[in-house]
Amino acid sequence: MSRFLDLTLNGISNGMIYAAVATAFVLIWRATRIVNFAQGAMLMFTTFIAWSVIDAGGSYWLGFVVAILSGLILGAVVELVLIRPVEQAPPLNAVIVAIGLLILLQALAGMIWGGTPRSFPPAFSIRGYNLGGHHVLFGPFDLFIVLAVLSAALLLLLLFRGTSIGLQMRASAFEPTVARLQGVRVGRMFTLGWALASAAGSLAGVLIAPAVFVGPNNFDAVTVFGFTAAILGGLDSPLGAVVGGLMLGVALSYVAGYMGSSLVTLAALVILIAVLMVRPTGIFSAAKARRV
Amino acid sequence: MSALARLRLPQQTLMRHLLLAAAAGVVLYLISLALDPFNNLRLAGVAYYFTALAGLTVLTGLNGQISLGHGALMAVGAYSAALLVGRDGWPLAAALAASVVVTAFTGLLVGAVAARLRGPYLAGATLALAVGLPGLALRYPDAFGGENGLDVPPPAPPAWLGETFPLERWQAWIACLCALITLVLLANLVRGRVGRAFRAVRDDEVAAELAGLNVARIQVFAFIVSAACAGLAGGTFVVVTSLAAPGAFQLPLSLALVTGVVLGGLGSLAGAVWGAIALVMLPDWSGDLARALSLSDRVEANLPLAIYGLVLIGVMLAAPGGIQGLFRTGFEWVAARRSTWRPTDDLIDPQRPTPRREEQS
Amino acid sequence: MTSIGASRQRLSGACVLAAVCAFVIAGCGGGGSGTSAPGVTKDSVKIGSHQPLTGPAAPGYSEIAPASNAFFKYLNSQGGVNGRTINYVYKDDGYNPTNTVSVVKRLVLQQKVFAIFNGLGTPTHTKVVDFLNTSKVPDLFVASGCQCWDQPDDHPMTFGWQPDYVVEGKILGDYIKKHFAGKKVAYFYQNDDFGKDGVKGLDMYVKSQVVSRQSYEPGDTNVGPQISAIKSSGAEVIAAFTIPAYTALAELTSVKLNYKPQLVVSNVGSDPITVGGLLKAFSKGKAGAALIEGLVTNGYLPSVGDTSNPWIDLFKRIHDRYDAKAPFDGNVLFGMAAAYTFAQALDKAGKNPTRQGLVDAVEKGNLRGPGLVPFRFSDKSHAGFTGAQIGTIKGGKIVYEGTPVTTDDGAGPLKPYTEKQPTPTEQGIVKAGD
Repeated sequence: MSRFLDLTLNGISNGMIYAAVATAFVLIWRATRIVNFAQGAMLMFTTFIAWSVIDAGGSYWLGFVVAILSGLILGAVVELVLIRPVEQAPPLNAVIVAIGLLILLQALAGMIWGGTPRSFPPAFSIRGYNLGGHHVLFGPFDLFIVLAVLSAALLLLLLFRGTSIGLQMRASAFEPTVARLQGVRVGRMFTLGWALASAAGSLAGVLIAPAVFVGPNNFDAVTVFGFTAAILGGLDSPLGAVVGGLMLGVALSYVAGYMGSSLVTLAALVILIAVLMVRPTGIFSAAKARRV
Repeated sequence: MSALARLRLPQQTLMRHLLLAAAAGVVLYLISLALDPFNNLRLAGVAYYFTALAGLTVLTGLNGQISLGHGALMAVGAYSAALLVGRDGWPLAAALAASVVVTAFTGLLVGAVAARLRGPYLAGATLALAVGLPGLALRYPDAFGGENGLDVPPPAPPAWLGETFPLERWQAWIACLCALITLVLLANLVRGRVGRAFRAVRDDEVAAELAGLNVARIQVFAFIVSAACAGLAGGTFVVVTSLAAPGAFQLPLSLALVTGVVLGGLGSLAGAVWGAIALVMLPDWSGDLARALSLSDRVEANLPLAIYGLVLIGVMLAAPGGIQGLFRTGFEWVAARRSTWRPTDDLIDPQRPTPRREEQS
Repeated sequence: MTSIGASRQRLSGACVLAAVCAFVIAGCGGGGSGTSAPGVTKDSVKIGSHQPLTGPAAPGYSEIAPASNAFFKYLNSQGGVNGRTINYVYKDDGYNPTNTVSVVKRLVLQQKVFAIFNGLGTPTHTKVVDFLNTSKVPDLFVASGCQCWDQPDDHPMTFGWQPDYVVEGKILGDYIKKHFAGKKVAYFYQNDDFGKDGVKGLDMYVKSQVVSRQSYEPGDTNVGPQISAIKSSGAEVIAAFTIPAYTALAELTSVKLNYKPQLVVSNVGSDPITVGGLLKAFSKGKAGAALIEGLVTNGYLPSVGDTSNPWIDLFKRIHDRYDAKAPFDGNVLFGMAAAYTFAQALDKAGKNPTRQGLVDAVEKGNLRGPGLVPFRFSDKSHAGFTGAQIGTIKGGKIVYEGTPVTTDDGAGPLKPYTEKQPTPTEQGIVKAGD
């Protein structure tokens, strides 16, 4: 029983990270109809920047803020410089630009900081909570992860549903031409969408960095699982991102615990195919009827 | 150039393609004689990359289905060929044919799943395939050799070629032959009814369905065709490198195939040639450049990757049609300058100059 | 088919052919005749290697080749070996066997290196062993503990260097059996040849004490399920065949679970500087030393922190002059020590080294250097170091105890080795006075 609890809590903690990365994918998809394959490299880069700040003597929270801020800036810059030219082109072009950016960022990180993985401090203690004499695989830092991601998701929800900027962003994504006619600065909304998404990714980066160490390739697995979670939940549903992330995290934890860690990537494939067979556009997406 | 233009090739598509392929074959034969062993290996590498890229460009460019998992399909072909040749002692041609069949069957399964998915969901599913499938080799190490993979003895050149016939040239011949077969078959497919059906489905699924095409079946068939090419590429890969190991078929391979297809020019077989050359030569060129610049170790080791990323971004921003697109723009520019022809089915007043036709695909 | 399409196709075809010809012209060249000593000139020797300089396997391992190169640069500054400077060309294969094959073939066929030195990785190097042996290229001191390099009949040109993982397992297993008799033991190992061979060696000594066997896939950093399973089994000792990142992860997860097992870790994953560096952020400023204090491991080279050792002193000086950007850790020590062995073999190959001569020099044996134990090189064995010494991490450094022991890959016993380690200048490779 305690093993089941351990695996579940471990899965929730991992799942929240996947949810944060998935949210980043969903945000960019909703804003510009592009899958940002460079998301993992972008969040790796901002986490490295945060690490440099902390290593130079800054406090953890300073590094945290720097990560989010550099995420905002990096997302905006990437959208303006690299993505804007290909937004109207066939979708595959944007995919290639993103892949190119991914490779470039990983190479740059290797050049600047080298391949040796760095240690990143956790915000709070990692020692598990003591439940009846048994320390579970869930501690204050894991709780912080869950709360941070949920707060970010809530903030984004409030932004989209409750503010005028959010409305403008949704309009720009849904019908850019009509939005322009209504006076919405569509280009600015795209940039803002990318900036927010990148910040969400940066949040995921600093949350997972203590557990995976900071290196050019250390965030690859989290990115793949985050993307899988986004697809699972439906690329246009932020709620789907969180649910998909949690589902995936917990399911893979059970697979690793009861069936062996060598089956984890295969299990992710099976889960994804199973879900997509039933709901080809993810669990929470609005089903689009295409019957002829 | 005008002398070439006056050369009359047969009107029949198949004959024309076979003749062109034979001509290409002769040229490649002569080239392989002139190259040293290492460059023959590179030529073989271009050949097997072309085989995979040709199938992928038909799938993605002509049929509009993105696949990030073709590295996994190459792995299926490679492991099939490696098991049949290395463990069961099959002759090479039979093993390659069998690996095509096995991978085509896998393509059928993948295509059946993929037919229901669109856009990013298809990308996600094929990505999961690329990441998850090589894990099978690790899960069943006795059958698939685990992390070290399978060792396959390289194919020995037949005795009648002589004692000192370099192995690498023989490998290049096998790879080039497979590439030419793929080229002819795909070129016929593309120009024929099936190719038109692919394009119809890509351009407007609803209209295609209304016109009587079975969209799902066509999409699955596209997957089967591209998987067969990937399988042949995988088998040829084993012939050239004598290895089938999980480390060779990870996600970077699938991403490299997609980037190669787009770099070369999406949807065109000539583009697949450019893409294959780029995939083989770009890492070497950038590695040599990095070494020549004598930078610090960290920078030198990562420079080839940085250059590759920059090339991808640059080509997409500056020349979205890829290398073949650049050539095509060049042709059209040249043709427009020399335009003394009229399109044969021009219905407008012959005195009015006709605008240049923009041909799709 | 319209004439436009046909002419376009012809132009297309012509361009493709032109490109292929350009490719040929670019590729043409280099086709020199083979000599008995390719890569050797009057005043230089060119050797090559394949290393993971980028990619997921790069952490740590990417330091090895630059460190070897630093040692060669130092030798070159002293006049080289038998008057020849050593030109070390190491190429990145990203730990991808496809790249390994193409990189090594390029080194041998195009750049005509004299020998391949310190090729890194089991899944990578196994793919080029056949090629190197059929091409009769010396394949010296493979950087991997696989037993596969010890096949003098099938692979006469290939030699190992580090103790293989079964030997390590035996030595660690013997220590556990002697010092933790009766206690419950768990294995935590990498799910490949490295981990499985280590387990093979461990099983020869402590099999009856084992209560849990957990493996991990490199790349999957979630080891919570495994460590919690180990904790539930009640193990008090974890025998770990892990790379440094996973030693650190095992530590961190144990902290999470408030679990304090005794860690006994293979040499591959126990470098205090690397592992301590990964744990630095968790010990509030102290260099992570607290978490790895008391970790037991084995080693076959002097401890990196032991500056009183003349080898460490020499290597540190070389590092500070030629490789200062890298931390002075176990990887750098590995690279320099392997380079020393190569220089020694090259020296013994004589004033006019040939490929076969180099191989014979290694087989003749008696290559003593910074190792704590001798090599097993002979015409019947191409395995490297024959054993190791047990050490414990104290104050961030490995402190050796007892004597080094040597053993074989099979069921042979552990024998103590008591000969004194030579000093750097005794072999004449490194000249006295710097």
